Amino acid sequence: MAPLLELENVTARYGPVQALHGVSLTVDEGQIAAVLGANGAGKTTTLRTVSGTVRRDGDLRFDGKPLANVGPDGSARLGIAHVPEGRGTFAELTVWENLRLGAYTRRGSAKDDFARVQTYFPWLEERRAQQAGTLSGGEQQMLALARAFMQRPRLLLLDEPSLGLAPLLVTEIFRIIKELNENEGLTVVVVEQNAHIALQLAQTAFVLEVGRVALSGPSAELQQHESIRRSYLGY
Amino acid sequence: MTAFAQRLGSMRKNAVGTGASVPVVLFLIAAAAFLVIGSLVSNIFAQQTVAGLAQGAIFGSLALALVLIYRATEVINFAQGEMAMATTYIAYQLTLWGLSYWLAFFLTLPIAFLLGMAVQVVLIRPVQQSIIAVVIITVGMFILIDGLVTWIWGADLKFMKAPFGNTVYHAGGVAFSRQDIGVLAVSVFSVILLWLLFQFTKVGLAMRAAALRPAAASLVGVRVNWMLAMGWGLASVLGAVAGLMTEPTQFLQPTMMQAILLYAFAAAVLGGLESPAGAVVGGLSLGVFLNLIGQYIGFATPELRLPIAFAVLLLVLLVKPTGLFGRKQVRRV
Amino acid sequence: MKFIPAAVAAIVVAILPFFLSGYHEGLAVYVAIYFVAILGLNILTGYTGQISIGHGGFMAIGGYTTALLSHYEHWNLILTLPASLGITFLVGILVGIPALRLSGVYLALATFGFAVSVPQLPLKFSKFLGGSNGIHADHSVTHLWLYVVSWSCAGIAFVLAWLLLRGRTGRAFRAVRDSEVAAASSGVALPIYKTLAFGVSGAFAGVAGSVLVLATNGFAQPSEFGVLVSLQILIGAAVAGLGSLWGVVVGGVFIGLLPSVSASVPLIGSSHGQDVVFGLIVILVMLLLPNGVAGLLRRFEPLVKTAIKPDR
Repeated sequence: MAPLLELENVTARYGPVQALHGVSLTVDEGQIAAVLGANGAGKTTTLRTVSGTVRRDGDLRFDGKPLANVGPDGSARLGIAHVPEGRGTFAELTVWENLRLGAYTRRGSAKDDFARVQTYFPWLEERRAQQAGTLSGGEQQMLALARAFMQRPRLLLLDEPSLGLAPLLVTEIFRIIKELNENEGLTVVVVEQNAHIALQLAQTAFVLEVGRVALSGPSAELQQHESIRRSYLGY
Repeated sequence: MTAFAQRLGSMRKNAVGTGASVPVVLFLIAAAAFLVIGSLVSNIFAQQTVAGLAQGAIFGSLALALVLIYRATEVINFAQGEMAMATTYIAYQLTLWGLSYWLAFFLTLPIAFLLGMAVQVVLIRPVQQSIIAVVIITVGMFILIDGLVTWIWGADLKFMKAPFGNTVYHAGGVAFSRQDIGVLAVSVFSVILLWLLFQFTKVGLAMRAAALRPAAASLVGVRVNWMLAMGWGLASVLGAVAGLMTEPTQFLQPTMMQAILLYAFAAAVLGGLESPAGAVVGGLSLGVFLNLIGQYIGFATPELRLPIAFAVLLLVLLVKPTGLFGRKQVRRV
Repeated sequence: MKFIPAAVAAIVVAILPFFLSGYHEGLAVYVAIYFVAILGLNILTGYTGQISIGHGGFMAIGGYTTALLSHYEHWNLILTLPASLGITFLVGILVGIPALRLSGVYLALATFGFAVSVPQLPLKFSKFLGGSNGIHADHSVTHLWLYVVSWSCAGIAFVLAWLLLRGRTGRAFRAVRDSEVAAASSGVALPIYKTLAFGVSGAFAGVAGSVLVLATNGFAQPSEFGVLVSLQILIGAAVAGLGSLWGVVVGGVFIGLLPSVSASVPLIGSSHGQDVVFGLIVILVMLLLPNGVAGLLRRFEPLVKTAIKPDR
């Protein structure tokens, strides 16, 4: 499969602090890639460079074409959906309004997009009028995922989807992600602290350390090497 | 039908828009009842109430513009009144060039929209990260626009044709001028139009999203900067309407909106700085309150109207800062 | 080393009257007046983070104190200044108490209400306070006298501010501005310091108001203390920027001189032209220097330091 996302020597900084020192990675279309590493390794920043939330230097190619510093709204229009830390849900708006916003870049009525989303998240229909902030943590995470899917993106960026969720919910969410990937051909890059479950979901993984890719490869391989697991993945 | 009803149902739970809680609504109903009974008992009471509503509608229209900008950018636009005044002068100029009143009115609105957007893009956007700088720029605009208008048109009083005619109706010893009714109708109509825009259109939703969480809005593809510019454009249109509604009673002069701006601040705070409906209700309440106090409390002579309005503002801020319809909005990036 | 700029400034101020005409001396007086008022606001906003658009109100109270004491009780004009300071300090504390519950734009609006309401009081109680015609102090003064008094006040204010802000009070003020929660948990008694800041700030504005009254032929009138005065002080403080006493000097000069500079711009002519130019310049200054002169100075600091001690 052709590469959908290519990063080559991408650097990024927050003011005077250099967060990425040259990240290079490739994600093929239809793959699920996991980005792992300790706190502060630069995982979130890597996602932010792709969605344009953070300015970067270095080469970034999306679908073979160079991606300029277009900003988050520009990348959304290009088919990149980013579910950030904190989910980016509009707590003050209703579930339905959140979904409508997900479909903002789409032409036509949001209802058609919603029909597809409903097959993955059937419970959303009855909660349409509920204020998003009153949903439980797990429900909000699923709403964030649903909203991202309303965009019908080619690339889905997920920042720590398992954060703060009970194990059962985590399994559920990852199951849905896998379904989206398999049924819709959605390419996914997921940043996770929970390396174990991320490796079970992803086909390929990148381990970041101090703003660089320290280790990469098929997730099966990384799971098997015990020394790698101990040093980089903590289990 | 059910989808619509569902949407209406969500209004009550929806934090943006009318965040009126039950005690507040009950209070307003009680107040309205008081006004009706008082008006039936005393002609003077009724007259003051009607006059107060008419004046209050004008406070409310300008307060509406203030609230729109505050909701989007957390900035108090000190130049709102002067912008309103300037766009009214533009309408006046259009009538001088031969257009009928209503043609000039409706042509001024898109002009005001474009001017409002231009102000946001040219003057506000470059410094939007510093609230103090933005406020000072609006103060600078206040002074600049005042000077510009006086320079171009002069400071003498000018007059436009009365939009609703000068007929005065009498009912039960109370005088209602068509003008007053017209102003009230226009204010209420503006709020309804605004509500429809925000609740049911894609653009309205995007504007709300951009105001609530700019970063999250950006991620779904909303061009936040343009939404802010449109917010200013919209506020400018509302200001133009407020100015045009003020002109018949205040006549056209550069200072015509200055006192009204002050009352509009009080009205906006009373209604809740983030609530459009609150702005209008706040304005109406303030207008009626000031008139009744002025009528029945001897100490409250005209010189004290402004201090009383600000005393109300202070009281609201100390007791319930979010105002009548406001809800504590947690601003997050 | 640190005192050299201040000493130079003091010398310049002292010899300036010998070179200035009466008209320009008058302008210099206005610079001093606004300097003191802006300094007051700067202390409040810059150091404790509380916003006020109400300092015209304090100036009004101070100004009227001077006029009333002189008119009714025939006080020595100089003695009215400490009286004005005391009274506006107390009023400032009183204003600071409800202000404890407010912040940000709410505080700004509430103080704005204060500024708008105070000038209405002489209109209401016109018998005692003179109505729209105002109250007249019982004798007038020369330009030179005004210059000396106003710049002495400015000098004293500068020193007082400097002393206040370098000591424990200053650290407490800065702590409040940067983080109220942190300040409270490290033992800073918030309410005391916040109201104190309002008191001091108001007192400075009050003295400025007194000198303003003296500078306008001893007349205290409501029209002198309208909304525009509070806005001008706010503009001056914003131009000054937060956190620099020298920025305040620039702010005072800006507000003191700009109206007359604007009036002398030829093409637009007379009073409306003045507003156009003034407004334009304010906007331009804010666009170019959003953090005021203090921000500019902060940007230059590292450059100056490298000029003196070049990097290896």
